[in-house]
Amino acid sequence: MAAAPKRPPLPAILLANDLLDGDVVFASVAATGALAWTRDPALALVAADDAAAARLEAYAGSEFAAQHVVDAYLVDIAIEAGQPVPRHYRERMKTLGPSNRPDLGKQAGDGIAAERRA
Amino acid sequence: MYRYDEFDARFVRERVAQFRDQVGRRLNGSLTEDEFKPLRLKNGVYLQLHAYMLRIAVPYGTLSSRQLRQLALIGERYDRGYGHFTTRQNLQFNWPKLRDIPEILDLLADVEMHCIQTSGNCIRNVTADHFAGVAQDEIEDPRPTAELIRQWSSLHPEFSYLPRKFKIAVTGAEHDRAVIKAHDIGLRLRRHPDTNAISYEVSVGGGLGRTPMIGKVVRDYLPKADLLAYLEAIMRVYNLEGRRDNKYKARVKILVHEIGVEEFKRRVEEEFARLDGPSVNADPAEVARIAAYFAPPAYEVLPTVSRVLEATKAANPTFARWVEVNTAPHKAPGYAALTISLKPIGQAPGDATSEQMRLVADLAEQYSHDELRVTHAQNLVLPHVRQRDLFAVWQRLGEAGLASANVGMITDIISCPGLDYCALATARSIPIAQAIQHRFADAERQRQIGELNIKISGCINACGHHHVGHIGILGLEKRGIESYQITLGGDATENAAIGEILGPGLAAEDVPDAIERIVNVYVETRQANESFIDAVRRLGLGPFKAAFQEVAHAVA
Repeated sequence: MAAAPKRPPLPAILLANDLLDGDVVFASVAATGALAWTRDPALALVAADDAAAARLEAYAGSEFAAQHVVDAYLVDIAIEAGQPVPRHYRERMKTLGPSNRPDLGKQAGDGIAAERRA
Repeated sequence: MYRYDEFDARFVRERVAQFRDQVGRRLNGSLTEDEFKPLRLKNGVYLQLHAYMLRIAVPYGTLSSRQLRQLALIGERYDRGYGHFTTRQNLQFNWPKLRDIPEILDLLADVEMHCIQTSGNCIRNVTADHFAGVAQDEIEDPRPTAELIRQWSSLHPEFSYLPRKFKIAVTGAEHDRAVIKAHDIGLRLRRHPDTNAISYEVSVGGGLGRTPMIGKVVRDYLPKADLLAYLEAIMRVYNLEGRRDNKYKARVKILVHEIGVEEFKRRVEEEFARLDGPSVNADPAEVARIAAYFAPPAYEVLPTVSRVLEATKAANPTFARWVEVNTAPHKAPGYAALTISLKPIGQAPGDATSEQMRLVADLAEQYSHDELRVTHAQNLVLPHVRQRDLFAVWQRLGEAGLASANVGMITDIISCPGLDYCALATARSIPIAQAIQHRFADAERQRQIGELNIKISGCINACGHHHVGHIGILGLEKRGIESYQITLGGDATENAAIGEILGPGLAAEDVPDAIERIVNVYVETRQANESFIDAVRRLGLGPFKAAFQEVAHAVA
């Protein structure tokens, strides 16, 4: 089963869970211009038109097939303070972590700091 | 406690090896996600919002110190230093990595634990009264029955692909602390009035979720020896006739409801008569072998009332209050069953850090014959504490923030993980529990309110048992925001009842006000010594609804 075929309203980002770690990951553009996964929601590539959304969907499908991620789907977002923020509170949770534990998850920089160093 | 024999140990190790291989094949692409998902679920591995989640079976809620220490170690080494005790007496880790799970399963196998049948459409971990073996109102320890069912149902070839999951709970006491009426099968050990023989009252078709039902009695006095054949008859009727076309109508409660309890009973009895009982029922020698593992520990001969305890209580009112609220009468004179509250004000209900687990393991080893229990209310129990040791235990618990005197009180809230963790949730539960705890934090106020169960679920699946809470709270999504539906009059005991909805859903910030209004109606109108649930039964929904509506209208 590949990524959900139903496309949300745009603009949207692509998120998934890393197969091996389970962490929430976001499709972003690497220095080479190719798509790559990041753990930092601020770096998620925002698809504003159908062509960009189709590119993310194709990436979701190929990455799922390549055993890199699971549960990949597009999420509609708003731009707040220059960063993409999911419109729905469920997906916002995925970009933050448990609201009762601000010391855990992305809100605490889990996986993000290491990525920035790399 | 039950100990694995060589077959159990080998079986669990083989399962770990199989899962390690399955993870490897998933990663190299030999297994697709669709193929792998049922395999990981059969080993308790879920994918949640932020990470994988591993659900570890705690059979009938009984743990040894050694096992709890191992859980603490796993939490520290492979998770974030804490675990979550669930309403099914299990433990969940919220952050394991798939790559580490085979190693975690090996560590569990080292202490005779596993995650088998904590998910999937099979017979799940059998739960039991958390005061099993020690409660004064007990007729017989339910754990030998639960263990027998565990052995019979583990990988039972006929019942591994049921229409839906299947939950069995057992109690041996008059007072139901195991919510047996909200289970697919509920068993109650009782004496036959004529023969005095110990037998089972068998209820079928209870359950919560989107269609809550109270279990119906299908046998008043099932002879003990016939247990497995009778269970097999029930499972066969369900397996054959339970619906597989619609996931939401697939539980046995729907079958019982659709064909009626009399017809269901008739089919079960017909199947039971057809079965070759002796070939299905357990060998009495095996039943005796299992029961021997649950023999009571060597209690000291002590006076019924400890003078040491009375003196320390007199000198320390806070301690006295804790003893009054958190201990239960014990079969053995001079002992108490102590509940350790995992509901300190403002903490996630049921969460315990690795340090706290180690402390409780140490206390169990030193003061409770090396044994502890997990309750469905997400607390821990030291089942055999000498009354004279309670003060020392209380002091040590206090140092770890575990001496809350609130068991059964308004702040002893059951809560599922909700949308803070769970992929199925429609709203958060934990922050609601925390807000209510803060509102009612005052110890004296809690004492005045008395026994009151609040239960919160973050979706219709009802892991937080909201239907059977005196006050139930269900988190839903309404037009893109979290909305909370309040129910009243639910009961999880032998007087099992499903709560009724009070009115429209509320925003999260209005929930504590609504709860306070409901509680105030009770405090203002109760009769002498009348508990909250008794007052609700006497008064009906009317006065509570009126108070609730004031909050609902004010915010509408």
